[in-house]
Amino acid sequence: MLPAPFEYHAPNTMDEALGLLDELGEDAKVLAGGQSLIPLLKLRFASPAHLVDINKIKDLDFLEERDGMLRVGPLFRHKSAERSSLLASRYQVMADAAPQIADPIIRNRGTIAGSVAHADPSGDWGTVLLALDADLVLRSRSATRTVKAREFFSGPFSTALQPTEILSEIRIPAARPQTGGAYLKLERKVGDFATVAVAVHLQMEDGKVGSAGIGLTAVGPQNIKAGQAEAALRGASLDDTTIKEAAALAAEAAEPTADQRGSVEYKRNVVRVFTERGLKRAYERARGGG
Amino acid sequence: MAVETPLKGNIGDSIRRKEDDRFIRGRGNYVDDIALPGMLHMAIHRSPFAHARIKSIKTEAAQAVPGVVAVVTGALLAQHKLAWMPTLSGDTQAVLATDKVRFQGQEVACVVATDPYVARDAAALVEVDYEVLPAVVTPQQALEPDAPLIRDEKDGQTNNHIYHWEAGDKAKTDEAFAKADRVVSLDTFYPRCHPSPLETCGIVADVNSATGHATLYMTSQAPHAHRTLFAIVAGLPEQNIRIISPDIGGGFGNKVPIYPGYVVATAASLLIGKPVKWVEDRSENLISTGFARDFHMSGEMALSNDGRILGLRVKLLSDNGAFYADAQPTKFRAGLFHIVTGSYDVAAAHVEADGAYTNKAPGGVAYRCSFRVTEASYLIERLVESAALEMKMDPADIRLKNFIKPEQFPYMSATGFEYDSGDYPRAMQVALDKLGYQSLRQEQAEKRKKGELMGIGVASFTEVVGAGPGKHYDIAGLRMFDSAELRVHPTGKAILKLGVKSQGQGHETTFAQIVTEELGIPAADVEVQEGDTDNTPYGLGTYASRSTPVGGAATAMVSRKLRDKAKRIAAHLLEASDADIEFDQGKFFVRGSPAKSKTIQDVAFAAYTNLPDGMEAGLEGVTYYDPPNMTFPFGTYLVVVDIDRGTGQVKVRRMVAVDDCGVRINPMIVEGQIHGGLTEGFGIAFMQLITFDEEGNCLGSNFTDYLLPTSWETPRFEMGETVTPSPHHPIGAKGVGESATVGSPAAFVNAVIDAVAHLGITNIDMPVTSDKVWAALHEKGAAE
Amino acid sequence: MSVSQPITVTVNGDRKTAEVEPRLLLVHFLRETLRLTGTHIGCDTTHCGACTVLVEGVPVKSCTMLAVQADGQQVTTVEALAAGGTLHPIQAAFKQEHGLQCGFCTPGMMLTSIALLQEKPDPTDEDIRWALSGNICRCTGYMNIVKAVRSAAAQMKAAAAVPAATAAARS
Ligand SMILES: Cc1cc2nc3c(=O)[nH]c(=O)nc-3n(C[C@H](O)[C@H](O)[C@H](O)COP(=O)(O)OP(=O)(O)OC[C@H]3O[C@@H](n4cnc5c(N)ncnc54)[C@H](O)[C@@H]3O)c2cc1C
Ligand code: FES
Ligand code: FES
Repeated sequence: MLPAPFEYHAPNTMDEALGLLDELGEDAKVLAGGQSLIPLLKLRFASPAHLVDINKIKDLDFLEERDGMLRVGPLFRHKSAERSSLLASRYQVMADAAPQIADPIIRNRGTIAGSVAHADPSGDWGTVLLALDADLVLRSRSATRTVKAREFFSGPFSTALQPTEILSEIRIPAARPQTGGAYLKLERKVGDFATVAVAVHLQMEDGKVGSAGIGLTAVGPQNIKAGQAEAALRGASLDDTTIKEAAALAAEAAEPTADQRGSVEYKRNVVRVFTERGLKRAYERARGGG
Repeated sequence: MAVETPLKGNIGDSIRRKEDDRFIRGRGNYVDDIALPGMLHMAIHRSPFAHARIKSIKTEAAQAVPGVVAVVTGALLAQHKLAWMPTLSGDTQAVLATDKVRFQGQEVACVVATDPYVARDAAALVEVDYEVLPAVVTPQQALEPDAPLIRDEKDGQTNNHIYHWEAGDKAKTDEAFAKADRVVSLDTFYPRCHPSPLETCGIVADVNSATGHATLYMTSQAPHAHRTLFAIVAGLPEQNIRIISPDIGGGFGNKVPIYPGYVVATAASLLIGKPVKWVEDRSENLISTGFARDFHMSGEMALSNDGRILGLRVKLLSDNGAFYADAQPTKFRAGLFHIVTGSYDVAAAHVEADGAYTNKAPGGVAYRCSFRVTEASYLIERLVESAALEMKMDPADIRLKNFIKPEQFPYMSATGFEYDSGDYPRAMQVALDKLGYQSLRQEQAEKRKKGELMGIGVASFTEVVGAGPGKHYDIAGLRMFDSAELRVHPTGKAILKLGVKSQGQGHETTFAQIVTEELGIPAADVEVQEGDTDNTPYGLGTYASRSTPVGGAATAMVSRKLRDKAKRIAAHLLEASDADIEFDQGKFFVRGSPAKSKTIQDVAFAAYTNLPDGMEAGLEGVTYYDPPNMTFPFGTYLVVVDIDRGTGQVKVRRMVAVDDCGVRINPMIVEGQIHGGLTEGFGIAFMQLITFDEEGNCLGSNFTDYLLPTSWETPRFEMGETVTPSPHHPIGAKGVGESATVGSPAAFVNAVIDAVAHLGITNIDMPVTSDKVWAALHEKGAAE
Repeated sequence: MSVSQPITVTVNGDRKTAEVEPRLLLVHFLRETLRLTGTHIGCDTTHCGACTVLVEGVPVKSCTMLAVQADGQQVTTVEALAAGGTLHPIQAAFKQEHGLQCGFCTPGMMLTSIALLQEKPDPTDEDIRWALSGNICRCTGYMNIVKAVRSAAAQMKAAAAVPAATAAARS
C-alpha cells in the first residue's frame, strides 16, 4: 500500500500556505498530522496532486483561554489535549475524549483541527465541539470567516471548508464555574473508531441546568448535535426523570445504520445509556466531584 | 540486571534466549530485509470480485510504465505449465487465474518492476474484463442443488462438495444415545479467522539462469517440504533448489502453505534472470492467504441422569474456500477433529464431516493448532457447559465426574487415539484453588441478586500434537518425522542443525538445552541452525506444536547417539572397558570412581586426535525421529467476566491458566508461549473475524476491520502448572505452542454463557461481540 | 513519478542527505534508502506500530509520515539503542524478561517504551499497557513486555541515582 505521486510544499508562513491553496485550488490538500490523510493516500482512496504541509509554520500549536474563549490552534495535537491540565479541570469533555482517540502513537501527531476538517462521522472531536457549541475560524487568502460547529458539518467527510481555506482556530466559549463534561465511547479495542460515542457538556446555574450540550458520534452521516435533548435539559433540575427523558431524546436524534459493529437498535440503545451515564458524570463534575 | 544467569542450560533452566541479541539490536534478518544486487519488485493485481469469468486481460498500460520489466499473466504461466499448482490436500489451486476468479483477492496478474512503488502503480493499470457470476459464500449455499458450480474446470466435479469423512463407531454411538437419559445438543459455528503474524508472507527469489540454481528466501515454516513441492510444481531439479527461511516474524500456521506469489516470483526470476522480491501487504495477507477454522458444528451428547457422558455425536460442515488447500495429514480430511471426546472418558463417539467449496480464499491452515483440534476442543468444552446447565451441575463438577482418570492412561479413545499420559483432576484442582473458585461463585450469587452479570468460565482441554508417526501421518505424501544433526567440534563446541524452523518459539535456546542435558555441553556452546535446506537435514517443519515432540526428540536421540560413542572414547582415555563408563552432567568416569573423569570437551578433542583403534573419527551424527505416538498436552483454564447490561461489553476480570505440557525444557519460554496463545484465544473469542457479505466481499481485509488485541484489552494472565511427562518422548516433553489457543476460546465463551445462562441464553457464537451479547440480553428482556 | 527533492535527516545522530520522491514514506526511507532494516512494516492502516521510530524524541508510526516531512529533523531507530556496544536498559530488560519472541514488534515496542520512561520514569503496569496500546504484538501476549518495561524503569532509576560521572559514561 503505497501512495500515488504528488508534489509536496512546506510553507513557512500562514500567508504562504494560503497563497498556495489559492493557486492550487481543488488539486491541493492541507497536511496536518497526516494521521487520516496519509492512510488515505496509501490506500489510494485519495490522490491529490499537491500536499501543503502546515507543520513548518510557527505558532500554530496553541491552546489558550483569552477574551472569554478557549482557543485551539490548527497544530494542537491529541497528545497535548490528553496531557492538558486546563482541559482536565475545565473542559472535561475534551479531556475525556482525547485519550480515547486512536492510539497513543497516532495521538502524538494527529490534530484536533485536522480531525474536525476531515469530518469522519465516526471521528470524536466534531462531536465534542458540537457539545461545546464551538466556532470554527476558516481563513483563506482573501477572507476570514467564522462558522458555528453545528453549521460546519454537512455529511460524511464534507464540511463548510473551501479548498482554499484553512481551519485556523477553534473557539470554545470559556467554561464558567459549575460546568462539567464527559465523553463516553464504545470501541471494540484501542485504535478502533467509535461504535457509538456521546459527548456531554453541562453548565449548571443555581442547581438547575443553565445550558447543556450533547453530541453523538458514529450514529449518522455526520457528528450529530442532539438539540432536542439539549433543549429538554435547559432550565431543568437534573433528576432521574429528566435525565431519562433527555437520553431518550438523544437516542431519537441518532440515525445509526447497521453494520459489523451492531444493529440500529443496539446503537440507539447505547446512545441512550451513554447519554444517561454521561449526564450523571457531568453533573457530578459540575458539582465539583469526579 | 542484565547479568547473565549463570545456568548452564539444563532442562528446567530458564536461561535467556540466545536469539534475542540480534532482535533487540534491530539486526534480525527477515525476508523483507534482504536486498540483492539488481533485485526487482513484484506487485500482484487481484480480483475485485468473488466469482467472475475473465473475458480478457490487457497489460499494455501496465507494461508501458517506466521501470516495469515484465507483466506476468496466467496465460504466460500456462505456457510453462505453471498456471495451476497442487495444494497440500491433493487439490489444485490457480497460481494466476486464467478462466475464472473464484474469490475476492485472487491473484490475476503480476507486475515486476525496478521499484516497489512503480510495481504498485503499474499493477493498478492492469485491465481485466470480467463477467460477474453469482457468488457462493456459505457451505450450506454451496451444497444446494442449484448452486453455481465453482470448480467447473475440474474433471468430474459436478457440484461443490469436496469430501465426506467419518471417524468413530456409528452403531455403538447410536446405541449409547438410545440408552441415554438425556441428550444435550449444540449447534455452533467456529468462524473464519486468520493467524495474522506481524510479519506478512514474502519471498526473494534468486534464480541463476546460467547455473539453474534457485535460491529462495521465503517466509516458510516448512522449508524442506516446500523445496520438494517446488521441485514438483516448477519441475526444477531438487538439488538445484535452496530454500532459506531466515528469521520469521511469527507464523501460527500462516506460513505453512505455498502461495501463488512465491511461485510467480520464482518463475519471474527464472524468466528475467534477476532476483525478484515479493512481500505482501497486510490486506493481501488477510484476503488471500491461509485462513483458519470456518467450521459449522452440530454436537449431541448422550448423558445419564447422574451426569455421566455416554456418547458423543458430531456433524461438521467445513467451508474450505475455492480450493481445498487445508494443511493437514493426508488421510484425515477434517484434520484431527476426532479428538473431540477431549478430556472425557466417553465410551462411544462418531464424527461425520463434509466439506464444500465456496467463493472465498483457500487455506484451512492450522492456526496455532494441531489440525482442527482447536475446533474439536471448542465444541466439546462448549457441549460440556451445555450439559452442566441441562443437568444443573457445577461446570467443574461435571468435568471432574467425566474426566479420564489418571490410572486409565494410556487411554484408548472412542475415535482411536491412544492418549499417552494425563492427570486432569489435578490440573483442574490447581486452577480452582488459584482462582478461589468457591468464593467467586458466592460473589456471583450475590451480584445476581442485584441484577449484575458476572460469569465464571471453565475449560479443560486435551490436545493432540507432535505428528507422526509417519505411517499414519503424512503431508502430501511426506511422512511426518523430523530430524536433527549434531556436530561436536574438537574444542567441544557444537552445531545442531534441525529440520524444523522457529518463528519466534526460541528454538535456538530450547534445542541447545536438550543437547546440554544429554551431553553436558553448555547451551552457550551449542549453535542451533535451521531454515536453510542446503545446510540442515530433511524435516517436515514447525507447525501443529510438533517441534519439541518430534524435532526435540530427534535432538535428544542424536545426542544420545553421540554420547554412546563418546563413552567408548572415554573408556579408551580412561583405560577402562566401555561397560564400566558412566556419564553424569558432562563427565565420563569409571563406575565407582567419579574423581577420575574426562569431560565431554576432553572426549570431543580425542574424537579428532586420540581414538581407539578401528573407530571412525569425529563426533557427529544425524537422527531422523519417527515418533511412536503423538503427545497429549492438557490443562484447565478459568475465566471471570463482568458484563455491562447497557452496552453488552464483556470485561475479562481474571484468567487463570494451568497447563501441563509434560517436562518443561525452558520454563520461561514455555510460559511465553502460553501467554501468546491465550492472547490469540482471547482475540478469537472476542474480536478476530474474517467475514463476507452476500457478494463475497471480504469484510476483514485490514486491521481496521480485522481486530487484534492490544496490550490494553488483553487480560492479565495468572499462570499455574502441573507436570505429567510423556512416557514415550525421550525427555518427557509435550508440545506447548498451541495449547492456549486451543483451550482458551471455550473458557472465554463459557464465562459469558455462565453469566447469562440463568436468563435462558445458552449460546453466543464467536466472536462474542458486545452487540451480540446485548442482543441476546435484550431478547430476554434483560438488557439495560 | 513526481519530482524528487533533497532532504537532510539526522538519523541516529548521523546527517543523511538524499533525493527522495515526496510520496516516499519515512519507513521506506529508513529501510530501503538507508538500509536500516530494524524498523519493520506490519500493516497498511497505521494500526500495528511495527514501524515506530522516534522523531524528535516522540514515537511516530513511520509508515504514516512522509520522508520529506522529516527533513531537518532528528530520527531515532532501534539501531541507535546499543550505541557504543552497550545495551540500552530497555534492550537488556526485553531480553532478561523474555519480552520478545519473533522479534518483529520489538524495535517499535522498545522505542515507544523509551519515550514512556522519559515522560514517566516510574510507570504503573496500567501506564505501560496504555502507552503500548498502539503497538501490536502477536507473540508474547504482552505480559513479559510489561514486565520488561517495569524492570527497565527500575534499572534506569537506579542508574540515575549513581554519581553523574558513571551515568554519563553509561550513555
Ligand atoms: C488507526 C487509526 C485510528 C484512528 N482512530 C480515531 C478515533 O478513534 N477517533 C478519531 O476522532 N480519530 C481517529 N483517527 C484519526 C485521527 O484522529 C487523525 O489524527 C485525525 O482524524 C486527522 O487529524 P490530522 O491532523 O492527522 O489530519 P490530516 O490527516 O493531516 O488531515 C485530515 C484531513 O483534514 C484536512 N486538514 C487537516 N488540517 C486542516 C486544517 N487546519 N484546515 C483545513 N483542512 C485541514 C486535510 O487536508 C485532510 O483532508 C484514527 C486514525 C487512525 C490511523
Ligand atoms: S506498519 Fe503498521 S503502523 Fe506502521
Ligand atoms: S514478538 Fe512477535 S510480534 Fe511481538
